[in-house]
Amino acid sequence: MELLTILLEIGQGLAGLGAGAAAIGAGLGVGRIGGSALEAMARQPEVAGDIRSNMIVAAALVEGVALFGVIVCLLVALG
Amino acid sequence: MYTRLAIYFLTLTLGLSAQALASDGHESHGDEHTHEEAFNPSNFIIHHIADAHDIHLWGEGHSAVHIPLPVIVYSEEHGLDVFMSSAFEGHGDVRTAQRGDATYELSHGHISLASPGSHAHDHGDSDHADHEHHGPKVYDLSITKSIFGMLVMLGLMVLLFGRMAKSYRSRPGQAPTGLTNALEPLVLFLRDEIAIPNIGAKKADKFLPFLLSVFFFIFFANLLGLIPFIGGFNVTGTLGITMVLAAFVFLLTTLNGNKHYWGHLFWPPGVPLFVMPIIIPIEIVGMFLKPIVLMIRLTANISAGHIIILSFVSLILIFGKGGDAMAAGYGIGVFSTAFMIFMYCLELLVAFLQAFVFTLLAAIYFGEATHEAHH
Repeated sequence: MELLTILLEIGQGLAGLGAGAAAIGAGLGVGRIGGSALEAMARQPEVAGDIRSNMIVAAALVEGVALFGVIVCLLVALG
Repeated sequence: MYTRLAIYFLTLTLGLSAQALASDGHESHGDEHTHEEAFNPSNFIIHHIADAHDIHLWGEGHSAVHIPLPVIVYSEEHGLDVFMSSAFEGHGDVRTAQRGDATYELSHGHISLASPGSHAHDHGDSDHADHEHHGPKVYDLSITKSIFGMLVMLGLMVLLFGRMAKSYRSRPGQAPTGLTNALEPLVLFLRDEIAIPNIGAKKADKFLPFLLSVFFFIFFANLLGLIPFIGGFNVTGTLGITMVLAAFVFLLTTLNGNKHYWGHLFWPPGVPLFVMPIIIPIEIVGMFLKPIVLMIRLTANISAGHIIILSFVSLILIFGKGGDAMAAGYGIGVFSTAFMIFMYCLELLVAFLQAFVFTLLAAIYFGEATHEAHH
């Protein structure tokens, strides 16, 4: 096997690792947001609506960053 | 009740696995037997989420059932040409259509001119040297699958909301019924929970038509993509369509930006002078980055949902080995179907959530742009 093909294969494997790392980051972020929001809602149920919409915005922002990673991995794996 | 559910589930599983294995087996028999090509899940998935010039219903090769869509191409040599995509003959990777003296080639969703006329090489050969193997430039303005889905959604929205508006005129002051009753809570939710808190009661009315249009377009297009067996529309997963939506958000934010907004952008108040060279470029990049992230978030989320569901279908084919290991195929089919149903439920939630998030962030950006100084 040529060196280039080996490197390409390694690159594809690394793309998979990258997708996993992006998922870990997003999981940590969204998990923290969800946990904190639930705690806040339990303490002050009267503002649960406000907290919920802010939670969704924050989760969407975290997810946006993670999806950047996923897109790059997809481009490496398929390109 | 449970027995009936179990029977439904079993039928679905067997049907799906059998169909998947049958089409895969057919595909491998249709090809030449010289290359025993293994099933390639990434090609299969890309074929399903990518835009296409026809709606592929089922089957492979000669037994494939397609709904043709109009192809509109423009090239400098042959001018504007309109024909149906059924004019493309053959079933392989490269299909050709003969139109007068022009031969169009369709390869992986990309249309090019197959045999450039000999007079094209007479002039300007040097500046075309880089693109020689691509042939002359063809501008493809076709009504593709995504555009067809978009037009269907737009027509449906005009119909739905036209009827809704009429019912408010014909029954003033009465409780809404039927369709109006179903859509009114969503409209009120958008106005009271998204537009007014973020933009302010005074200016919300100005942006509400845009926000409502964007929300319902994304929501309905997401739901259209989730209907199985109609060709797998991926309207909001197409980068071009989300790019236009995000461009509208960017234009509306920029054009409506007041003195306060631009002041915060180019000279943020209360920031020490030595931080300014860092803050100002970040703010300016952020201005462009916000709509770009809007675009990527929607596309990636919707496409990712389709990819996951298709991956579960691929699992059946990988384990079934093109009909060689039927038992394994059916066995994994049970799990695949269960996970697919779960993913479908999740995708229904995502369909709403992504429409909501897009609208909410657009409203926040509009609110930032039109916010008055209050300190």
